[in-house]
Amino acid sequence: MYSTPGKNYLNEASGLWSWLTTKDHKRIGVMYMISVMIFFAIGGAFAMLIRTELFSSGKDIVDAAVYNQFMTFHGAIMVFMVIIPGIPAIFGNFFLPLQLGAKDVAFPRVNLMSWYCLIIGAAISFVSLIYNGADTGWTFYTPYSIGTDNGTLWLVLGAFVMGFSSILTGLNFVVTVHKLRAPGMTFFRMPLFVWSLYATAIIQIIATPVLGITLLLLAAERILGIGVFDPKLGGDPVLFQHFFWFYSHPAVYIMILPAMGVISELITTYSRKVIFGYKAIAFSSLGIAAVSFFVWGHHMFVSGQSSLAGIIFSFLTMLVGVPTAIKTFNWVATLYKGSVKFDSPMLYALGFIFLFTIGGVTGIILAVTALDVHFHDTYFVVAHFHYVMVGGTLMALMGAFFYWLPKMFGKLYYEAGARLSFVFIFLGFNVTFFPQFVLGAMGMPRRYYSYLPEYQLLNRVSTLGAYTIGIGFLIALAVILHSIFKGKPAGKNPWGAKTLEWEADEIPIHENFAVQPVVTGGPYEYR
Amino acid sequence: MLIMELFMNLFFNQALANTAIDQVESQSSNFMPPAATEIAQKFDTLYTFLLVISFISSVLVIGGMIYLAYKSRRKTEDQKTAYIAHNATLEFLWSFIPFVFFMIVFAWGWVIFYQMQNAPKDAFEVHVTGQKWYWDFTYKSGKTSSGEFVVPADTNIKLIMTSRDVLHSFFIPAFRIKQDVIPGRFTTLWFRAPKVGEYQVFCTEYCGDNHSAMLAKVKVLPKADFELWLQDNPYKGLSLAQVGQKVYQGRCIACHLTTEKKNIGPGFGGLYGKTREFNEADSLVADEEYIRESILNPNAKIVKGYPKGVMPTFAGQLKENELSGIIEYIKTLKK
Repeated sequence: MYSTPGKNYLNEASGLWSWLTTKDHKRIGVMYMISVMIFFAIGGAFAMLIRTELFSSGKDIVDAAVYNQFMTFHGAIMVFMVIIPGIPAIFGNFFLPLQLGAKDVAFPRVNLMSWYCLIIGAAISFVSLIYNGADTGWTFYTPYSIGTDNGTLWLVLGAFVMGFSSILTGLNFVVTVHKLRAPGMTFFRMPLFVWSLYATAIIQIIATPVLGITLLLLAAERILGIGVFDPKLGGDPVLFQHFFWFYSHPAVYIMILPAMGVISELITTYSRKVIFGYKAIAFSSLGIAAVSFFVWGHHMFVSGQSSLAGIIFSFLTMLVGVPTAIKTFNWVATLYKGSVKFDSPMLYALGFIFLFTIGGVTGIILAVTALDVHFHDTYFVVAHFHYVMVGGTLMALMGAFFYWLPKMFGKLYYEAGARLSFVFIFLGFNVTFFPQFVLGAMGMPRRYYSYLPEYQLLNRVSTLGAYTIGIGFLIALAVILHSIFKGKPAGKNPWGAKTLEWEADEIPIHENFAVQPVVTGGPYEYR
Repeated sequence: MLIMELFMNLFFNQALANTAIDQVESQSSNFMPPAATEIAQKFDTLYTFLLVISFISSVLVIGGMIYLAYKSRRKTEDQKTAYIAHNATLEFLWSFIPFVFFMIVFAWGWVIFYQMQNAPKDAFEVHVTGQKWYWDFTYKSGKTSSGEFVVPADTNIKLIMTSRDVLHSFFIPAFRIKQDVIPGRFTTLWFRAPKVGEYQVFCTEYCGDNHSAMLAKVKVLPKADFELWLQDNPYKGLSLAQVGQKVYQGRCIACHLTTEKKNIGPGFGGLYGKTREFNEADSLVADEEYIRESILNPNAKIVKGYPKGVMPTFAGQLKENELSGIIEYIKTLKK
């Protein structure tokens, strides 16, 4: 109808300016992709520096003050600039309207603004490096963060601005899901990726402002000297932790729910089979989102909050375990009597289930009040959340990359290379982080620049594992770049998937679909 | 499967650790510090139970996934797949069974947590203060100790803790207990160590550059020996420089080396009699008065190359003989 043959979203306008002012959700998705990849490279470099310093007890490459900056920037970059925007902002932006049969998100200008918020926030964060950097850890716990160098303030303000990026993306997704579904696309015909983004968006809208308020209070305390968190001024440092985790625990689900959505797509496509328990998965996303607001206190069992609060938070945390377990069982059950092809996105999906299961059961161990008393702030926790955030979210992100690359750029990738990247990342990951469970059980606290000699062997194993992961990501990067610039044409639907995005052109046109699609059935009708 | 092996190791060693206290010290588990209190043993029993359950459920899920994926692998391109949308019984079971296990471990954890949180009324109380980057212990008799927490065996000990600056956290892995230490309020912790021994203390709440060096030892003595220790003047029969050395090992060591080398603060080696350059004051030769001022009013003169406000004041914390001791000790340290 509107389209000219040969035109697509990539070539319908050219020049840097056409990208920086685009309102096309697909182009914004690609811009997010490039920025997140750059941030990931920086955050990853910090990770390598951390592991290199920890190769031996005592000093290896830098002093404690510098090491503390490494661990702060690694955490802040990976959380605020990589895994929070990661899947929703790259693949959500690109594919949510396509999967719904919509032309764009509801508010394209706001969508562009969200990208600028991320970039400006990131720029402000990096300004802190000029002011002696920041050494508080990504959690900015008071009163340490009130007394330390001024760089901390910049990092805090950067995180504040980036929060708006997250809120605006969430807002766009909620309205798009409610208002812009194609004819016939009922809620229960939406792909599960959309469901997970919808649940995520609700958390983004409700929780992120609390982070904003908290960070502003922290900044006000530093600049104006009002007493909110600093006991010297009559404030309460534990209050900061309550505020901080009221956002940052739901934020964990901002990070993992979209990943779960990706896994639902990958498992069905590569098994060519209808998802097992569609409604259970959809509702468990909403259930997780709802309960996620009431579990923040499990970060604070030994913080000085009351024992009663600890018990209640422990109970509620157990409840989150149930919908999470349900999803995992549903994915495994979907494989039964399917037609499973072990392409690299599927390998990443199966890798996700493998690692997420270990992350999940260790999460239950940490949710038990008495056990957390020992494990809190040790490497056991570090291992646990890396199993969930890297073994979970990042594996899904890699799977999503290879799965959707053909639709984003119309090119196939080099399969053997992608599989090789999986092998390196998956094995390297386990070698890096499994020993950290053991270190934590032995009692090694996190955020330690130096450690007792008996922890050295496992730390060395962990460091070697980290280098292996690094190689894996370099391979993946090479495969992705090769695919974009040298890949073979992919065709409209190389995987035989059933969701709507695969009915768009090889490279979608600006309006997504030349003819408005009409939906007549569920998203995974492999019959 | 490396992972499985490690998991098995973790579990079996754990089972070993979960034996009676008498055997604990002789066994050499690499994975969990020896359980040195009754609570620690209870902890280990629950932890072992959870490890077994976790291991079994991980094997079921991961094993099931690998088995099903392999069994259903694509053999021909046009292979038909089954259309199984859901199964109410199965879905109920795999929601309910995990729920039951979660509730069991939740309640079990609650019971132990309750015991950890409630110190017996008759406990022997010690005040603990955290400060960047050492721990101070003050007994009711007035006796103080730094870096070494001496307690009687087989006695309930209650720690009443606070911090002079930022958050710290008092963690004794062998006792499986931990509590954040907060400026401006008291938090408590208790334990009862039946056996004589020495146990590691860590700070587990990030507190700055020397966080990982904020260590201490719990030294459990027989009751009679503890009484003697409590009466004993720690400096009896020591020269002034030896007194200073003791003070140094309890406190200064967190930031100052005995050589000339820089750590958080300047090294003490060869400091006495050396010319000091300052940020905002005329240089001078380090003498007794200068060292005294640096300890009691550390921000008065900041040596070039060091930031202001890092060193806390020790006014009110050190007695006159301790101050003199440190100065005499520094005099003995050469480059």
